Amino acid sequence: MEGFLVLSFVFLIAGVIAVPIASRLGLGSVLGYLIAGIIIAPLLQSLGVDVISLQHFAEFGVVMMLFLVGLELEPRLLWQMKSKLLGLGGLQVGLTTLCVMAIAMLFDLSWTISLAIGLVFALSSTAIVLQTLNEKGLMKSDGGQSSFAVLLFQDIAVIPMLAFIPLLALPEMADIAHTVDVAGHGADAAAADHGSSLNFVEGLPAWQRTLVTIGAIAAVIGGGSYLTRPIFRFIAMAKLRELFTATALMIVIGIALLMTLVGLSPALGTFLAGVVLANSEYRHELESDIAPFKGLLLGLFFMTVGAGINFALLFDNLGAIIGLTIGLMALKAAVLLALSFIFRIDSSDRWLFTLGLAQAGEFGFVLLSFTVANNVIPSDIADQLLLIVALSMLLTPALFILYDKVIAPHYAVAQTAQPDDINGEGSIIIVGHGRFGGIVNRILMGAGFNTVVLDYSSAQLEILRKFGFEVFFGDGTRPDLLHAAGIDEARMLVVAIDDKEQASELVHYVTQNHPHIHIVVRARDRNHVYELFAAGAGDIIRETFDSSVRAGRSALEALGFHAYDAERQVRDFVEGDRKGLRQLAQVYDPDIPSHQNEAYVALAREIGAEQEAQMRGKSTAFASRADRGWVPPSLADVAAEADKKEG
Amino acid sequence: MARLIVYYAHPGQRHSHTNRELAKVAQDVDGITFVDMYAEYPRNDIDIDKEQQRLLDHDVILFQFPLFWYSTPSLVKEWQDLVLEHGFAYGSGGDRLAGKRMMLAITAAGPEDAYTETGYQKFPLRTFLTPLEQTAGLCQMDFTPPYVLFASLRAPAQGRVQPHAQGYRVLLEAVRDDRFDFEKSASRDVLSYETLPIVEGA
Repeated sequence: MEGFLVLSFVFLIAGVIAVPIASRLGLGSVLGYLIAGIIIAPLLQSLGVDVISLQHFAEFGVVMMLFLVGLELEPRLLWQMKSKLLGLGGLQVGLTTLCVMAIAMLFDLSWTISLAIGLVFALSSTAIVLQTLNEKGLMKSDGGQSSFAVLLFQDIAVIPMLAFIPLLALPEMADIAHTVDVAGHGADAAAADHGSSLNFVEGLPAWQRTLVTIGAIAAVIGGGSYLTRPIFRFIAMAKLRELFTATALMIVIGIALLMTLVGLSPALGTFLAGVVLANSEYRHELESDIAPFKGLLLGLFFMTVGAGINFALLFDNLGAIIGLTIGLMALKAAVLLALSFIFRIDSSDRWLFTLGLAQAGEFGFVLLSFTVANNVIPSDIADQLLLIVALSMLLTPALFILYDKVIAPHYAVAQTAQPDDINGEGSIIIVGHGRFGGIVNRILMGAGFNTVVLDYSSAQLEILRKFGFEVFFGDGTRPDLLHAAGIDEARMLVVAIDDKEQASELVHYVTQNHPHIHIVVRARDRNHVYELFAAGAGDIIRETFDSSVRAGRSALEALGFHAYDAERQVRDFVEGDRKGLRQLAQVYDPDIPSHQNEAYVALAREIGAEQEAQMRGKSTAFASRADRGWVPPSLADVAAEADKKEG
Repeated sequence: MARLIVYYAHPGQRHSHTNRELAKVAQDVDGITFVDMYAEYPRNDIDIDKEQQRLLDHDVILFQFPLFWYSTPSLVKEWQDLVLEHGFAYGSGGDRLAGKRMMLAITAAGPEDAYTETGYQKFPLRTFLTPLEQTAGLCQMDFTPPYVLFASLRAPAQGRVQPHAQGYRVLLEAVRDDRFDFEKSASRDVLSYETLPIVEGA
C-alpha cells in the first residue's frame, strides 16, 4: 500500500510540475511528461520499480485514446477515409520496412533481423502524434487526417506482424535463448499484452479462428449499436454520477478484453466501438467519462518512456545511436514526404504529415520485446534499437515545435486566402430538451442552425432520436460534459432546464469561463430572473410569462374587447411589468425572501397600484399608452379650435 | 351582381365617431364581404394567400378608413406591401387583379375648403390619394373617386354622421346591384352623400 502511494505520488508530482512548465515554454505536454520521466528515472530505479511493465499498463491509455478518436469519427467519415487508410497507410508501412531492411543489411545483418528491424521502425507513435494533434487542434486538417489514417493502419498492422515475427526466428539463436535471460525487456508482459497467454483461439484451425474473429468484431458493432442504450437506461435509474463513469470504463475494458481473447488489437476493437457509438446520444457522456483516464494513462506512459531510457548504454555509444536515430527519422520523413506528393497532401499539411510521423512508436517497444522473446533479434542489438525508438519519440515534440514556429507561419498567408470554412462557425448548445428547450431547438434548426442538445432523460431522448433530432445524453450542468459538447467553440448556450439553482450555477460558470458565449436562459419566476441577472445572463426569459399574457389577451377578447384593443392592452401590461421588474431588481436582495423584504414589498405595491390606475384610466385617454396615437381630440377641443378659426 | 369586399381599417375604434357607424352599416348590408382588418390582424401577421384569394373572389375592393397624416392607417400599407405581390398584382405575369375596381370610403378631420391650394392643407384631397390611385393603376384596376366625409370630428355635432352612413348604405347596395354609375362618378373629384351617382330603377 505504501509503495503504491509513494509510486503514485512520484509520478503525479513529476507530471504536475513538469507539464505546466513545458506547456509554458511552448514544448507541449508530451515533451513535459517525457522530461519528467527522465528526471525521476534514478528515483524509480532506487525504488526498484519495473518501469517496463508499468509502461505496458499505461499503454491502455492508447486504447482509450482510440476509443475517443472513434467517437469523433462517424462511420460515414471512416468510409470516406478508406483509400487513405489502405493506400497511404499500407505504402508507408511497406516502403519504410523495405528501406530500413535494406539499410540494415548494408550493416551486415542477416535478412531476417533486418526485416524485423524494418517492421519495428515502420511504426510511429500513435500516443504522441494524436495527443499533440488534438492539443494543437490539427486533427481536422488534411495533414492531421492523413496522419491519423496512417496511424490507424499501423495499429491494425501490428496484429499480423505479431503473427509473422516468430516465423523469422533463427534456429541457432533459439539454442542460445535457453541459456540467456531474455526477459529483461518484459517479454512476458508484452506477450500477455498481446494475448499470447490469454489467447484461446491459438489452438483452433484457421477457418474457426477467422470465424471467431469475425464474430468478435460483429459482437462489438452489434453490442455498441443495440446494447448501449438499454445499459445506460438501466444505470440511469440509480441516478449516480459515478455509475456512468464505471459503465464507460466497463465498456472500454470489456471490448479490449474481448479483442485480446480472440487475438485482435484492443486498440482496433475500442476504435471500432467508438465509431459505432459516434452517432449515439451517449457520445458526449462517454467522452467526458473516459477522457480523464486517457489523459492520466497517456501521461504515465510518456513518463515511463522517458524513465526507460538507458543512459548508460546511450553514453557508451552516443555518436552511433544519435546518428542512427537521426538517420532513421530522416529516412521515415523521406518516405512520408514522397507519399505526400503521391496523395496530394499540400502546403503546411505536407510538412505536418512528414515531420509528425517520423518517429518510431510505442508499438516498437512491444515488437522489440516480442522479437527478443522469439529469438529473432539478439538482445544486445535490441537494446540499442530500444534506445533509438525512445530517442526518436523524445525528439518528436521538437519536430512539432519546428513545424509550429517555422513551417506553419510560412504557409499561414497562403491559407488565409482560402474561403472560410462554414463548418468552423460555432455551434449552439441547448441544455435541456423538454417543453421549453425543445421549442427553442426546433426554431433554431428550422432556421438552419446546428444545435447540440444535452438532456438527462433517456426516455425523452429515445423519442427524440426517433424523430431525427440530434440529442445527447448527459447532465449539461457539468463543465466536463459541456466541454465534450464543444463549449469552447460554441457561440451560444441555451439553458432550458427546470432546476433554478442548477440553471443559475450553469450561467455563472459559463459567464465566468466562456465570456464570449451568448446565453439565453429560462427563468422560473421573478426572483429567478434577479438571480440569473446577477449570474451574468443577458437574455432571461420567464417561462410562463408570454403564455400567461396570451391567456389574458384571449380572456379580454372573449369579454368583447376588439382584438386590436386587447393586443394594445396586453402590450401595455407587458411594458409596465418589465419596467416594474427593472425597478424591483434594484431593491431585490437574494438573502431575504421577497415577501420579507420590506422595501421590495412597498415598491411592488406602489408599482402595482400605478399600473392598475394607468390601465383603468379612461378620462384622459393620453394617460394610457394603450390608446395613444389614434385618439381624436375631444369634441370640446374640436369646437374650441373651430370657434377660434372662425372667430 | 358585383362581388364587393369592404376592408375596414381603424386602430382606435373605441374612440371613433363616424367610422364605427359606417362599419356597422357595411356589416349590415347583405351579399357583400366585410373585413375588420385590425380585428383580423391585431399583430400585423397578414395571411398573404388568404388575402390574395379574397381579392380573386371579388370584383370591387373598397377600403374604408380615417385619413391619418394624409394616408391610410399603417396596417393598410402593410397589407399592400405584402398582398400586392410582384407576379400577382403587377409585374411580369402580375395581372390577376386586372379589370377589378378599387373604391375608397374616407373620413377627413379637415373641412373641404382646407383641401385646396389656398386652404391650410395646401393640396386637394385627391393629390394626397394619388399613391392609392396609382396602386390601382399599376394593378390594372379601375379607380373610383373616394366617398368622403370632411370635417368628420365636427360631423356628430352637426348631424352629418347619419346621412353619411345612410349614403354609405346606398352606395354599397348600388355597387352590389350594379346600379352604381361609375362612368358618371369618374368626372367628380370626390363623392358625398349628396352627390351619389346612382342609376335609378336599373
